[in-house]
Amino acid sequence: MSNSQIKEPLMRVVKRDGARMREKVAARAAAILLALVLDALFIFFVTGQNPISVYGVMFQETFGTKSRCSWAMRDLVSLLCIGIALAPAFKMKFWNVGAEGQVLMGGLVTALIMVYFGNRLPMPVLFLVMLLTSVAIGAVWGLIPAFFKAKWKTNETLFTLMMNYVATSFVACAVNIMRGQASSLGKLNMGNRAGWFPSVFGQRYNINIIVVIILTFVMYFYLKYTKHGYEISVVGESENTARYAGINVAKVIMRTMAISGAISGLCGFLIVCGRDQTISTTTAGGNGFTAIIVAWLAKFNTFYMALIAFLLVFLQKGAAEIASAYGLNDYAASIITGIILFCILGSEFFINYKVIFRTGKGGKTA
Amino acid sequence: MKIKKTLCLVLAMAMMLMLAACGDSDGKEKASDLKIGCIMLGDETEGYTAAHINGIKAAAEELGLSDNLVWKYKVDESSSCYDAAVDLVGQGCNIIFSNSYGHQTYMVQAAQEYPDVTFVAMTGDFAAICGLSNFKNAFTYVYESRYVSGVAAGMKLQELLADGTLSTETQPGSFDADGNVKIGYVGAYPYAEVVSGYTAFFLGLRSIVPNVVMEVEYTNSWFDIDKEGAAAESLIADGCVIIGQHADSTGAPAATQKLLDNGTICYSVGYNIDMRETAPSAALTSATNNWKVYYKHAMECMLNGTELEADWAAGYAQNAVAITELSNSCAAGTADKIAEVEAALKNGTLHVFDTNTFTVGGEKVTTASCDMSFMDWSIGEAIYKGETIEAIKDGYFSESTFRSAPYFQLRIDGITENAN
Repeated sequence: MSNSQIKEPLMRVVKRDGARMREKVAARAAAILLALVLDALFIFFVTGQNPISVYGVMFQETFGTKSRCSWAMRDLVSLLCIGIALAPAFKMKFWNVGAEGQVLMGGLVTALIMVYFGNRLPMPVLFLVMLLTSVAIGAVWGLIPAFFKAKWKTNETLFTLMMNYVATSFVACAVNIMRGQASSLGKLNMGNRAGWFPSVFGQRYNINIIVVIILTFVMYFYLKYTKHGYEISVVGESENTARYAGINVAKVIMRTMAISGAISGLCGFLIVCGRDQTISTTTAGGNGFTAIIVAWLAKFNTFYMALIAFLLVFLQKGAAEIASAYGLNDYAASIITGIILFCILGSEFFINYKVIFRTGKGGKTA
Repeated sequence: MKIKKTLCLVLAMAMMLMLAACGDSDGKEKASDLKIGCIMLGDETEGYTAAHINGIKAAAEELGLSDNLVWKYKVDESSSCYDAAVDLVGQGCNIIFSNSYGHQTYMVQAAQEYPDVTFVAMTGDFAAICGLSNFKNAFTYVYESRYVSGVAAGMKLQELLADGTLSTETQPGSFDADGNVKIGYVGAYPYAEVVSGYTAFFLGLRSIVPNVVMEVEYTNSWFDIDKEGAAAESLIADGCVIIGQHADSTGAPAATQKLLDNGTICYSVGYNIDMRETAPSAALTSATNNWKVYYKHAMECMLNGTELEADWAAGYAQNAVAITELSNSCAAGTADKIAEVEAALKNGTLHVFDTNTFTVGGEKVTTASCDMSFMDWSIGEAIYKGETIEAIKDGYFSESTFRSAPYFQLRIDGITENAN
C-alpha cells in the first residue's frame, strides 16, 4: 500500500487560511467581470443588442437623471439599513430571517401614529413619538424569538420567519381598517402631510440617506471596537468559549436581537415617513431577505455592505428597466441579477478554498 | 490592514459624494412633439390593463402618435407610481395616464410638483374638487354595458324557462321559496363601482325575466383567479343559473364552464374580454369598455391645445362602452333585442337606473343625496371637500354625470350581498 498506488484526483479543494487582501479584491473583481461577460452573452442572445450599449442603458436608467439618481440612493439606503440591522445578529450566528417583519411592524406603528395623531401632535413631537415607537416595536419583534432561543433553545430561523407572517397579517388587517370604503389606502395624511419627512438640502430623501450613513459608521464602530461587539463575535464563534469567559450568553443574544430588531423598526419608520407615506404588506418589499445576502457577502463590514447594496440596487433597477426597454419580462431581469449574484457567491468559494490540480508527483503542493 | 482602512475611507467618501452628485443635470428635455406617458397596473397578459393598452395604441395610431408613447408596465398602487410619473416627466412626456384607481393619490402628488404636465388618473374620483388644473379623471358609463349584458343573460334565462330546460323539476335548487329564479354575481369589493355595476346587470336581466333574485359574492380582490372561481362555484352550488362578474380574471367563467360540462344549468357573463376562449359554451357575452374613445379625445385635446375636462365620462352614445360578440350559446333573437336596447340607451329614452324599475326597502326611491367629497377614511375627514348632490332627477338615478367615477350605492330589493 505505497503512496504511489493511490490514484491522485485531477483536482482537489483545500481550505485556505486567510487569503490576502489583494487576492480577495482580485477574486471579487474577477467574479464581477465574469458575471458581466456572462450577462453580456445572455443579453446578446436574447435581445440581439450590443451588450455594451445595454449596460449603458442600464446605467442611464439607474443614474441618468437627478431623480433617478436620488431614487437609487433612496433604495440603496433602505436595503443597507436592513443589512446594518442584520449584521450584529448574523455575526452572532443568530439567523435572523425576520427583518421583513421587523421592518413592517416599525412601519405599521409609524403609519398608525401618523394617521391617528397626525392632527393632534406638533410636528417635532409627532416625529419623536413615531421614531421611538417604531424602534421599540422592532426591538420587541426581534426580542421575542431571541428570548425563546436564549431560554429554551428554540430554532430562531423558523421563529423569525413565522414572525414575518404575523407582521404581514397585522399590516393587512390595519390597512383594511384604515382604507375604509376606498379600494386602496393611498397616501396617508394627504390633506395636511403630517408626518411626511420634509426635503432637506433640496433632496426629498436626504433624511433617510443621512440617517443610514450615520448608522453605517456607528454599527461599524459598535461591532469592531466595543465590548458588546467583542461579546457578539465570541458568542458567534463558540457559545461555550463565551460562557467560559464569563459572558452571559442569554443576555448577549437578547440584547443583540433587540438592537437588530430596533434598527429594522427604524428602517420601517424611515420608509413610511421618508419614502412611501403609506403602509402596505409590500412596504419592506423583500428587502428583509435581500439584505441577508448584503450582510453575508460583506462579512458584516458595513462599508462593504454599502458597496454590495449599491451593486444590487443598480442591478435590480437597471435590469428591470432594460427588460421593459427591450420588451422582455421581469424574469429576464431576474436572470441578469441572478448571474451576477451567482458569480459573486462563487468568488467567496475561491477566497476560502484553493483548488490544487494533479501535478504528477503526488502530495507536492499540499 | 492599512489597505482595508483606506478602502473603507474611500467607500465612505464615495457615499458622501453620491449624495452631492445627485444635484446635477435633470434629464428634462423639450420634446418637439406630444409625448404620452402610460402607467399600467399590469401588462398585456391581464384583461383590464390589456383593454387600456389596446385603447391607447389604437388612439395613438389613428392620430399618428404611435412612436410617441412611453410605457411603464406593472406599476403597483404604491410610491412606485409616483416614481414612474416623475420619470415620465423627466423623459419629456406632456401627458401621463395611469389606469388604476389606486394610482390617483400618487399621480396627484406628481401633478402638484409638475404643473406644466397633464396627469390623468383613469377611474379616479377627485380631479374636479382637488383644485389642480393639470389633474384629470375619466371613466365610462360601464353600467350601460352591464345593463345590456344583463339583457343578453335575461334572454338566455327566458329561453331556458320557456323550453322547459330549467324548471322546478329539472333544477329545483335554482328557485327560491317564492318561485323566483336565482342568479349570481362575483364582485370584487363592496364599493360604489361594483354596486352600480351589479345593480345595472340585475336590472337589465330583470327587464326580460321579472321574477329573479340575485346573490352577490365578494372576493375582496380585483384579480384573484382562485377566489373568483370558488365564488362562482359556491353561487352555482346555491342554485344560481347566471353568473355575472365584476372582477378581472377568468376564474368565474372557467368554473361555470366546468359545472356546465358536469350537467348543471349555468351560464357566465364576463367582463373586459371575450370569455369564449375560457368558457366556449358557458360564456354568453362580456361587458367591456372601449377606452380608445377617451384616449383619443385626450390626445386630440393635447394636440389642439384645448383644455381637457377635469372629469370625463361617456357611454353608448359615444361608443365608449360595448359588449363583446354574442356567443353561440345566446338565445335566438338576442342580437335584435340588444340592438333595440342599445339604441334606446343611445337616444336617451332608456335610463338604466329608472326609479320605476326598482325599490329600496319596498319603496320607490325619490331622493338620493351623494357626497362628492374625497374622504380620508382612516380619520373620517374629507381631504377634498365636494358638494352633496341630489342624484335622482327626472325619474332616474343619474349615474356618472356629476362625477365620472360611479356613486350609485343604493342596495335595491331582490339583491343580497354575502358578506365575507
